[in-house]
Amino acid sequence: MTVAIIDYGSGNLHSAAKAFERAARESGHDQPIVVTRDPEAVRTADRVVLPGVGAFADCRRGLDAVTGMVDALEETVRQRGRPFLGICVGMQLMAERGREYEVVDGLGWIAGEVDRITPADPTLKIPHMGWNTLEAIEPHPLLDGIPTGPDGLHAYFVHSYHLKAANPADLVAQADYGGPVTAIVSHGTAVGTQFHPEKSQRLGLKLIANFLRWAP
Amino acid sequence: MFKVRVIPCLDVKDGRVVKGVNFVDLRDAGDPVEAAIAYDAAGADELCFLDITASHENRGTILDVVRRTAEACFMPLTVGGGVRTVDDIRALLQSGADKVSINTAAVNNRQFVAEAAEKFGNQCIVVAIDAKRVSGPGTAAADAPDAWEIFTHGGRKPTGIDAVLFAKEVVALGAGEILLTSMDRDGTRSGFDIPLTRAIADAVPVPVIASGGVGGLDHLVAGIRDGHATAVLAASIFHFGEFTIREAKAHMAAAGLPMRLDP
Repeated sequence: MTVAIIDYGSGNLHSAAKAFERAARESGHDQPIVVTRDPEAVRTADRVVLPGVGAFADCRRGLDAVTGMVDALEETVRQRGRPFLGICVGMQLMAERGREYEVVDGLGWIAGEVDRITPADPTLKIPHMGWNTLEAIEPHPLLDGIPTGPDGLHAYFVHSYHLKAANPADLVAQADYGGPVTAIVSHGTAVGTQFHPEKSQRLGLKLIANFLRWAP
Repeated sequence: MFKVRVIPCLDVKDGRVVKGVNFVDLRDAGDPVEAAIAYDAAGADELCFLDITASHENRGTILDVVRRTAEACFMPLTVGGGVRTVDDIRALLQSGADKVSINTAAVNNRQFVAEAAEKFGNQCIVVAIDAKRVSGPGTAAADAPDAWEIFTHGGRKPTGIDAVLFAKEVVALGAGEILLTSMDRDGTRSGFDIPLTRAIADAVPVPVIASGGVGGLDHLVAGIRDGHATAVLAASIFHFGEFTIREAKAHMAAAGLPMRLDP
């Protein structure tokens, strides 16, 4: 049993790996966490994590630059149904396309596009940077045991764009920031969080533990 | 609901907390990592390290501090102090910092902000602005409109640059957040410079962190409510055990501000 965290040059994966190790240990689902840019390691992994920070187009180019990685992801997640977690831009890449600076194709696993968040309240700052509660839209094993709603736990967000899912069934949770902001999407064995579970203290460690035992 | 952030800031020199942290029984009050873990457990919304290491040979000490902190604390971490090159930023981010704050280097060369934001994304580029009032109440030009100027070298060196215009400029170049310190108020315990905070927070579309002058919990409330900041940063009131992070957040919540009070 291994978890592959894909390293494609987008941000620091050290703290993400440490958060997964801690969640694995504490939840009793201890399993090796590997940070890798080897498509073969993704093919043989039992779970796959795609992080991502920065701009959508840069991340897409970074992923394409790792020879064979997109094919390995398609095969492992889409054909063989291994559980997948996208984080932040890693989640946005699940969309059909992104519209940050330029229009670039995503992986197309979730119908919809990544577009700028536009809070109705003009005094709200962009990026949406900080802690927000989640509103659960569809039940999902990743949210098991996590209090949501106005009195629930908080997740840490840092983003200016979000994935607007075309199919309401793919939307698992949203946050309110002068209007709804997509927080969690899911389709089949792939799930993605706009917020950073590895930076979201209690909620984050619980969500990662849920992912590690998720058996879709 | 979106929440206001409370950010304790630790001054770190040669890998050690300056003056130590005395709010809780730490095995080693001078170890920034122990202090970070304690703040994490106390409900801090984010953590800030300001590296004031002077000698070039010891510049690497902060990287080890950041690495060990990122292994133990699953909360956002901003690191600033002496950040001059793209390589400095890369080293900090690779060690586990989530955001890097740029101060003097942004004043000396504004294109550095653009270069950094382009390379790493504007979500991780914070520009730290140290400003002093140069006209308006309390200055020689008391009748003139409020104005603040950027100072470098710990507030000793004037630059002639208007703080509000500079803030707008660096945000246009890609800064994702402004860490604003009033050099008039820093260390005075008399509260944030509210007109300065509001002037900048209202002028830029990105989040502004108010800093400099916190002496009591009402000051934190004023920074958000009157200064329009989205986060408040403080050092001594937390380090010396005067108030806990939880007390600060409970006080702000009681004043009607949206706070994260997760157990």
